[in-house]
Amino acid sequence: MQEAKFEYLLRLGDNALVLSQRLGAWCGHGPALEEDLALTNVALDLLGQARMWLSYAGEVEGRGRDEDALAYLRDGGEFRNLLLVEQPNGHYGDTVMRQFLFDAWHQHLLAGLGQSSDPRIAEIAQKSAKEVRYHLQRSAGMVIALGDGTSLSQKRMQGSLEQLWPYAQEWFESDDVDTWCADQGLAPAAPTLAAPWRASVEVVMARATLAMPDYVGHQRGGRQGVHTEHLGHLLAELQFVQRAYPGARW
Amino acid sequence: MSLAATTRPSRDQLLAWLDSVMDPEVPVVSVVGLGIVRDIVWHDAQGGQNDAGMGTLQVIVTPTYSGCPATEVIALSIRVALQSHGVDAVEVTTQLSPAWTTDWMTETAREALRQYGIAPPAGPAAGLADGSQVIDIASLLHAGHQPAVPCPQCGSTRTRLLSQFGSTACKALYRCNSCLEPFDYFKPH
Repeated sequence: MQEAKFEYLLRLGDNALVLSQRLGAWCGHGPALEEDLALTNVALDLLGQARMWLSYAGEVEGRGRDEDALAYLRDGGEFRNLLLVEQPNGHYGDTVMRQFLFDAWHQHLLAGLGQSSDPRIAEIAQKSAKEVRYHLQRSAGMVIALGDGTSLSQKRMQGSLEQLWPYAQEWFESDDVDTWCADQGLAPAAPTLAAPWRASVEVVMARATLAMPDYVGHQRGGRQGVHTEHLGHLLAELQFVQRAYPGARW
Repeated sequence: MSLAATTRPSRDQLLAWLDSVMDPEVPVVSVVGLGIVRDIVWHDAQGGQNDAGMGTLQVIVTPTYSGCPATEVIALSIRVALQSHGVDAVEVTTQLSPAWTTDWMTETAREALRQYGIAPPAGPAAGLADGSQVIDIASLLHAGHQPAVPCPQCGSTRTRLLSQFGSTACKALYRCNSCLEPFDYFKPH
């Protein structure tokens, strides 16, 4: 059942990799220098985390694929990231909201993974959790600043929340991979993160004067390799050099 | 290879040499002062051509931030520094756990940072150390939970956060309201 563990590690690595790539696209385009710095620093942390997860995934798989092979030489259908992280950057409020919804879940996930029965998973999670705590502190503050800002910024943030909400639920569903990993004590069971995540989100939305969406029903499939149309475009950019010049190094 | 090089240097000597290897981003703090050198271990000679009878020295380092681009430069600088003192076979390995914390930074390093114009971490990173506890988001957002960061130029505590991220992953940007100078702050982590 190393396969399930490999799949699970890909999910962790791909979430970090894809979101890092999205945030990196803001480099030089942030609405203010401070925001530009923040997004690219968060992107850098996530890239470091992606490297650790994907390196371990490659070792667990045992077919000689390293972090680079996994990042640059898989096609969209082989990616296991959540749909949320591949959603386009949109306007700045969309990027901030996507980050907050993800950070709030990520920290609960990493806290659970920090107790993993696999020492390698535990140490990567503990290392990452320290970084994600700071990401969350910032993204929560930005959601509040923009939500509880002007009537225009509030309206736009409410729109971002409504638009991203359907993509921010699939992570609470268990499939065979999740169930197996939870049974082995490798990872927390996916549904157990729902209540603490919702509590975190409610606190911040109340401060941000934003209404929690009452939308029920959601999009799913990212973790199984069924993605939105946006992932292919993102990978075309991420993987360009290795696709055009296979084996290129510098 | 000189004869002297076949004797293993003492641990104190090795650490003193490592203490001359500076962080490439903060060139007044050494890798030892920063607390990222976790251990040094000798491994017996395997008969390789580089070990000169000394064996291989394993230097165990831990990354500050997982995406810190300085990590690879640091590993290279460590090898170069030790090789310049005749320790030819050096292996730099990374250890993640326990996760690095700014609490491991020495007093000397903190003072060197201050002199250089970077405010050292105000207060311990304690409680964040293993990262396993979930933060209470309400308390996180509560104003005033952050310790005052004294200005490294004039010492005033009337300072203000300008940007949560600064010139490198480990720093934030502040400004002093007394002397009006902006400065980097090494975040507790």
